Amino acid sequence: MRISVASGKGGTGKTTVATNLARALYESGLSVTFLDCDVEEPNAHIFLNPQLYQVEPVISKLPSVDQEKCVGCRKCVEFCVYNALAFVGGKVIVFPELCHSCGGCSLVCPVGAISEVDREIGIVEMGYAYEMPVLDGVLKVGEAIAPPVIKAVKRKGEEFPADVTIIDAPPGTACPMIESVKGSDYCILVAEPTPFGLSDLRLAVEVVEELDIPHGVVINRSDIGDKGVEEFCAQKGIPVLMRIPFDQRIASAYSEGLMMIDVDESWRDRFVEMFRRIEGEVR
Amino acid sequence: MKTLTVISGKGGTGKTTLVASFASLAKREGVKIVLADCDVDAPDLYILLKPQVKHKELFTEGRVARIDPEKCTGCGECYSHCRFEAILVSDGRYEVDPMECEGCGVCEYVCPSDAVEMRVREGGYWFISDTEYGPMVHARLGIGQGNTGRLVTTVRQAAEEIAAQTGASMVIVDGPPGIGCPVIASVSNTDLVLIVAEPTLSGIHDMERALTLAFHFGVKPLVCINKYDLNLKMTGEIEAFCREAGVEIAGKIPFDQSFVEALAYLKPAVEYVGGNLALKIESIWKRIRREMEV
Repeated sequence: MRISVASGKGGTGKTTVATNLARALYESGLSVTFLDCDVEEPNAHIFLNPQLYQVEPVISKLPSVDQEKCVGCRKCVEFCVYNALAFVGGKVIVFPELCHSCGGCSLVCPVGAISEVDREIGIVEMGYAYEMPVLDGVLKVGEAIAPPVIKAVKRKGEEFPADVTIIDAPPGTACPMIESVKGSDYCILVAEPTPFGLSDLRLAVEVVEELDIPHGVVINRSDIGDKGVEEFCAQKGIPVLMRIPFDQRIASAYSEGLMMIDVDESWRDRFVEMFRRIEGEVR
Repeated sequence: MKTLTVISGKGGTGKTTLVASFASLAKREGVKIVLADCDVDAPDLYILLKPQVKHKELFTEGRVARIDPEKCTGCGECYSHCRFEAILVSDGRYEVDPMECEGCGVCEYVCPSDAVEMRVREGGYWFISDTEYGPMVHARLGIGQGNTGRLVTTVRQAAEEIAAQTGASMVIVDGPPGIGCPVIASVSNTDLVLIVAEPTLSGIHDMERALTLAFHFGVKPLVCINKYDLNLKMTGEIEAFCREAGVEIAGKIPFDQSFVEALAYLKPAVEYVGGNLALKIESIWKRIRREMEV
């Protein structure tokens, strides 16, 4: 089963929920694979501390123009909707950060002047925490397009089949979040009970509804804030899977890279219980 | 006219709360500003600033492919050329997954039977509004749409144009979390970036990446530490890191429950809390004004 952990708003506790759930399930005897798909800011490794085992580059294709062959017809420039090519001073110039690697320019070039070269836009790291495979993607700073790195993490993750695959998704509701949660059997949305939390939860729910993924909500810092998130879930019939009250000990442990289970062992059972409930919902 | 962009790398560190407070302080001090909420896929600034929408526009940048099933012969050329896994095939029938399609037009180009049509993508809406603090430009990305970088650019350009027209001295951009395309569109060519960090291992890790991004695009960064007293050791590490990198800490804001309460009352923090907390935010704002000469 693939469970993704997402949220519209950032900083609501996605990584906390994802890492604790993974560890609880692993310690209960299930096989677990962990995929950190928040490739812009991957943080799960801070809590799971995997021993790094393997690093693979994520390669994107970039056009390379043979100026000898180029006849200056500009067909490639006209074709590129991303404005990644320009015809300046009698030459075709490539802007790598704008290129989406669609391959269109080399297809339309009538004289075969455009070939494609490899460009590294990030890496996929693979390691083991306990005996649990932990993979993450890291987008290179300055690169704009995260989804290819997310896809690479998910593809690599398929080499580590397990009873449960946990996916830590990036915040937001746009392409990186969609790419991460797509194909999940269930999506846990982590929300904080504030007006910001509610506004962003609504958007995240619209996305998972559109993708037709069964979902439930974990309310973090459930005792500070207002009742808006609870009321929204009740009204939409979305199950509230867990409420995590604000706990100074958890906050302080988090800041040092420790997990909820380190602070209070009873969370292990509560996360396993939540998983059993999700299993029930999926079946 | 100058542009300030507030980012954080990590989400939930307090960007929007600070931006709303800066707006409130600007009003109090008579500084004319324009606000831009560039967190277009999880926008929250509207909650605190309560904009009255004056102008609404459909965002139609980009395209999406559609296959006409009448014309499609099932040759599979589109499927084999698409780099985005956006062509779905079942029982020999081909279809476009609009969520994956990036609108490149390769499928249209390779289709031998003219069955692919590129349509304008309706990617969401953007708005020009009035708030009691000044004009605000914001947006709502359509569900399942991906073109956030371009929508962010649209929002920023509109805000900067309004500022130029109305003689405002500053645009304040509430940026998105992360370091990808919407962040790059928020940060590039601004005059100053304020990075809101928090004293946790994740917060430090993400701040470092946000700083690298600011350097990469040649924009001067300032850092402020929110909830600094939640972990003084981590705060010390942020300070040491910034000293090493030659980055100034513009201020440190203590943890205060009333910060969250102000949110529940839908007010910028400086209008709800007093004392030390308000003073700390004010001094960061003063530092920004001095830096930007506004």
